[in-house]
Amino acid sequence: MEVNLTLLVVVAALMGTGVYLLLERSLSRVLIGLVLISNGVNIMFIVASGRAGTSPFVGSSDPADMADPLPQALVLTAIVITLGTVAFLLAMAHRSWQLHGHDDVQDDVEDSAIRKLAIDDANSDSYDLTTSGQHEDDPVEEGA
Amino acid sequence: MTALVPLPVLLPLLGAGAALMLSRRPRAQRAITVGVLVAIAVIAAALLVAADQDGPQVVWLGQWKPIGIALVADRLAALMLLVSSLVTLAVLLYSIGQGMTGDESETPVSIYHPTFLVLVAGVSNAFLAGDLFNLFVSFEMLLFSSYVLLTLGGTTARIRAGTIYVVVNVLSSMLFLIAIATVYAAVGTLNLAQVAQRVDELPDHVALTLQLLLLVTFSIKAAVFPLSLWLPDSYPTAPAPVTAVFAGLLTKVGVYAIMRLQTLVFPDSPLTDLLLWAALLTMVIGILGAIAQSDIKRMLSFTLVSHIGYMIFGVALATKAGLSGAIFYVAHHITIQTALFLVLGLIERRAGSTALLRLGGLARFAPVLGVLFFIPAMNLAGIPPLSGFLGKVGLLQAGLAEGSWLAYVLVAGGTLTSLLTLYAVAKTWALAFWRSPEQAHEMMKLLPGTGDAPTEEDAASPQLVRHRGHVHVGSVAFGERDLAEAKRVADADEPDRDLYQRIMDGSLPDRLPFSMVGPAGALVLLSVVLTFLAGPLYGYTDRAAEDLRDRTPYFSSVLGEEAP
Repeated sequence: MEVNLTLLVVVAALMGTGVYLLLERSLSRVLIGLVLISNGVNIMFIVASGRAGTSPFVGSSDPADMADPLPQALVLTAIVITLGTVAFLLAMAHRSWQLHGHDDVQDDVEDSAIRKLAIDDANSDSYDLTTSGQHEDDPVEEGA
Repeated sequence: MTALVPLPVLLPLLGAGAALMLSRRPRAQRAITVGVLVAIAVIAAALLVAADQDGPQVVWLGQWKPIGIALVADRLAALMLLVSSLVTLAVLLYSIGQGMTGDESETPVSIYHPTFLVLVAGVSNAFLAGDLFNLFVSFEMLLFSSYVLLTLGGTTARIRAGTIYVVVNVLSSMLFLIAIATVYAAVGTLNLAQVAQRVDELPDHVALTLQLLLLVTFSIKAAVFPLSLWLPDSYPTAPAPVTAVFAGLLTKVGVYAIMRLQTLVFPDSPLTDLLLWAALLTMVIGILGAIAQSDIKRMLSFTLVSHIGYMIFGVALATKAGLSGAIFYVAHHITIQTALFLVLGLIERRAGSTALLRLGGLARFAPVLGVLFFIPAMNLAGIPPLSGFLGKVGLLQAGLAEGSWLAYVLVAGGTLTSLLTLYAVAKTWALAFWRSPEQAHEMMKLLPGTGDAPTEEDAASPQLVRHRGHVHVGSVAFGERDLAEAKRVADADEPDRDLYQRIMDGSLPDRLPFSMVGPAGALVLLSVVLTFLAGPLYGYTDRAAEDLRDRTPYFSSVLGEEAP
């Protein structure tokens, strides 16, 4: 199978950018990342369909010259599904903004619970205090 | 009989449309939903008999053979269909019961019923799909309805959990699409039977790439460690019946897909070692997470992850005994996990919370609830003679028969997981059901940071320094928001009173409605019936596993005379 290098480079660029955005904290950026990835995937289907050809209508040309119609049908389905996903995620980002004033992806409950345990631990009598409640970055008060 | 095959997908979709149109007439809507689900259960039973007697039932939609879409109901698919339809019916009746008793906000009829039917259609389609892209579409159907169900009402907790759930699943869908594109580029077809025949001619490394891509995709759905981390955080926040059907069905669809992939498409490359390691880690790490939980819902979500390991264990062995055990375990686990989550919904309704710290004495003032929890909990842990025990014995025997050192490690790991599950549910039993509410109240007062300890006290303690919007504890700094979040999580369920205080106030609902207890009890009964039917069921799963390993019945019924 011949592969079109340009398409592959475009796929790689879209996916790379998408993954980068996916790792961001804000849901709208994550969303844009997902859109880029899905576009990359759609172009990948074009790569998978082989070389370009004439439009696949019966009787319009020699079947041997026609492009493979199946991947195009698959991409169409994928695009529709992605559209629905994007709409839903946008609604969720909006709801999150209504609730919190931002759309950051929130911390895991488990994570918060562990942090709370650490705080309780530090508050307990047996905790060994090494500094006097000061953070390294904090400016030391003059004359204290 | 083949005319029945598309119906489990078609009926719920049509029903969903009808239910949506009738959203102003809840009574008609309920009738449609229940009618559709009963019909699917009957059809699934008929398909089960037909598949068992006459071999796989196949329909080429629109007669586009062999380039169209095939729906295949073989022994495995028919069994999954039957179990899932019974379970969804019970869950639906339960949520109707919940809705009719005034708890409408949890399951608003107008959206809930159509979405639920689309979910059922997606699950049925996933079991019947004989085509990779059709499998993708069914995943999308069930995922989309699950997004809606998970974020019902759009409360803070559900949006938080939903964000992670949606993003992870969209990502796994993208991965699935990449896999599909690669498969199409490699073999030029997406029909599973044809892919299976052509994959042998591929170079080994290409075939392995395809297999790993698909395996990773399905493992995310099935929540196999380390791809399981999204699950315990997203499931527990949904309404009880939704969590129940998710826990019962959605992960099992992933397991089913892995089973199909490994047996039908890649039987020559079982990847036994890789899957055995994944199974071991899923079991052990999942159950260790469960032990650490102080909320029953979260505890059960972790045991769900953990017990997926058993099924992967059976699939990894790729022997007849292993597959048969895995299929039996899937059927058992769907019923049991759904039943437990439904009972949990009852507990939440009766006692106002599922946090272990706040519960106590349920066995005394809700004995029926105690029995309903005890039976499936013991079943989950695998206490003889219940079906969980039989399923685990089947799998462990298959592991011993395999005889490699890793299989022995897995057998040991499976036994350990079973014991730790027993520990986790016994802890739940002891705290929520056995001790008195007074004890629970006293114990909670002693814990730091929860119950009666107010925030001002923390602020006044000398070890806490507030500075520039941060709170410094010792040498560690936290944002104010993080602290507030930690506090909020510790006291997640308002109103901030435990069971004892509620009893003293007299603010406890007196009785559970039969419309909710009934369906939950029916599922518990079904799990007990599975125990008594274990003999015939194991015979059936043996035949199903035989079919899976043989592959010829599938090929000949799907592709007809073109089969080799």
